[in-house]
Amino acid sequence: MSWKKILNKIDDYCWEVPVSYKEGMRVPGRIFASEDMLEHIWQEKVFQQVANVAFLPGIVPYSLAMPDVHWGYGFPIGGVAATRIRDGVVSPGGVGFDINCGVRLLRTNLTAEEVQPRIEELTNALYNNVPSGLGSKGRLRVNEKELDDVMVRGSIWAVENGYGDAEDVEATEESGSIKGADPRKVSAKARQRGIPQLGTLGSGNHFLEVERVAEIFDREAARAMGIEEVGQVLVLIHCGSRGLGHQVCTDYVALLGRAVQQYGISLPDRQLACAPIQSPEGQSYLAAMACAANYAWTNRQCILHWVRESLVNVLGKSRREMGLEQIYDVAHNIAKIETHTVDGKSLTLCVHRKGATRAFPAGHPDIPKAYREVGQPVLIPGDMGRGSYIAVGTEAAMQTTFGSTCHGAGRMQSRAAAKRSQRGADVVRALADRGITVRAGSMGGLAEEASEAYKDVDEVVDITHQAGISRKIVRAVPMGVVKG
Amino acid sequence: MPVVKDFELIEHTADVGIMAYGDDLKEAFANAARGMFSLIVEVGSVRETAHRDIEVTAPDEESLLVTWLNELIYLFDAENMLFSRFVIIELDTARLKARAYGEPVDNTRHRLKTGIKAATYHMVEVDRSKGCRVRVLFDI
Repeated sequence: MSWKKILNKIDDYCWEVPVSYKEGMRVPGRIFASEDMLEHIWQEKVFQQVANVAFLPGIVPYSLAMPDVHWGYGFPIGGVAATRIRDGVVSPGGVGFDINCGVRLLRTNLTAEEVQPRIEELTNALYNNVPSGLGSKGRLRVNEKELDDVMVRGSIWAVENGYGDAEDVEATEESGSIKGADPRKVSAKARQRGIPQLGTLGSGNHFLEVERVAEIFDREAARAMGIEEVGQVLVLIHCGSRGLGHQVCTDYVALLGRAVQQYGISLPDRQLACAPIQSPEGQSYLAAMACAANYAWTNRQCILHWVRESLVNVLGKSRREMGLEQIYDVAHNIAKIETHTVDGKSLTLCVHRKGATRAFPAGHPDIPKAYREVGQPVLIPGDMGRGSYIAVGTEAAMQTTFGSTCHGAGRMQSRAAAKRSQRGADVVRALADRGITVRAGSMGGLAEEASEAYKDVDEVVDITHQAGISRKIVRAVPMGVVKG
Repeated sequence: MPVVKDFELIEHTADVGIMAYGDDLKEAFANAARGMFSLIVEVGSVRETAHRDIEVTAPDEESLLVTWLNELIYLFDAENMLFSRFVIIELDTARLKARAYGEPVDNTRHRLKTGIKAATYHMVEVDRSKGCRVRVLFDI
């Protein structure tokens, strides 16, 4: 069988998995992809996972997949699922283990010519200043009470403790603190994992990247973000909620796994464990998830502070001279209560984005004033070699994807296959040949993150642009990378 | 048929899994744990200078497997413990009691490889048809 026999073509970039594909689907699936990408998506059995998500009670009107979609454990990575809060469910697996894994972008007035001669020094400074790697401990020492504050107040806690300023909070999704956080819903184990890890980058695919603007597609929108010219230097931060978020997800997948039967919900995959949003279990998960999300925003806020410190120390200029302003911070693993129009009716929904980025259009009240005219910045990291994009949200995204778009390039190759096909040292050499400096805690980890392991980010972003679910504004390429 | 290997790795685009074998469920669960730690560190480099007693409960065998491995991930992440040997003392469908032997991470001797966020329920399997075989996928 081929995917051609299964999918209905909606248009060149949107394909439907009909409800007849699998018995039990409540709604069809919709995959945003080019025809060329579908063969790979099909072979990876992503249709199956998109179909499984369509089993969730209260899901409307489609189970969605972004162009960077790939096989995940349960939910696909790159999936979006919206459920009615009145009678729908929330699923921790629809958010993922790394709650509020996300991306933060810092602008500078610096040019690549100024920074290139110091890039090794700068990359080393970032590596030394921001704790990273497996088992690393943070420079922050919070007590139990302070951890409660972090989980409730998020970025604002960091700012009050000297990490960054109010403008950073403004330029963060949810102003760096999602409502409804209740630390009593977070287990002692999650707290124990979270306390020593606050202010750490972590390992795996998390990174810091010094990059230069390579292309500007829309000057006006770029200007709203403080990006004026090609060659301008930016710094990208990608990390999440560390062990605290992982443990919250672990705890609630187990708890909701037991609730599934009680609520008479039938699921094709146990990792989709869920509970009605209005149930005690559903409410507890959302309160705990908010705690982990706020912890992640605090984490990125503290890391931003150390990134600024590193730039000041290495380049010998003040923060003001260098114009070190945060452009934006987006979450790409999160569930949010949002209002959307479905079939002409305004509905309050729980929008699960697992490996997907919110992409609200110009004029939306939930985005900072600076971006009201151009749309919410969407930060899309690619891989270490090929660079990243800044896009903005669109009205079309609002209408077709609950204001969501892709979150990155999406993996093509398993980590083991990536390690077999290249060694960490080869990756360093290949990047060095292109003028990119890398510092990594683990060479094996570096090989797992080689460019070849990922889909081509240019292609992924082009599809979101053609499909209209986000509009590309800037492309940037790496100069120096710190990997955990 | 004798069991020839304790565990093998399963590849998955985003993540990785373990298929572990044993003559009985206790052995398969112990091998799954050893397989998981082989992803984190060279298990041979872990000395047995400390141990942790573990007791977990779950509604069924598959959940028990996931819960057992997640307890070990927690001990690694929160207490920096690496383990290389596992003795399952009691195991029935709802409860597992075990002792895990190992030592805290020592960066001079242990080269940490991969971090594991969690064991998942995706495609989890406990199969007793030919000896015991258990499968679990991780988010890494």
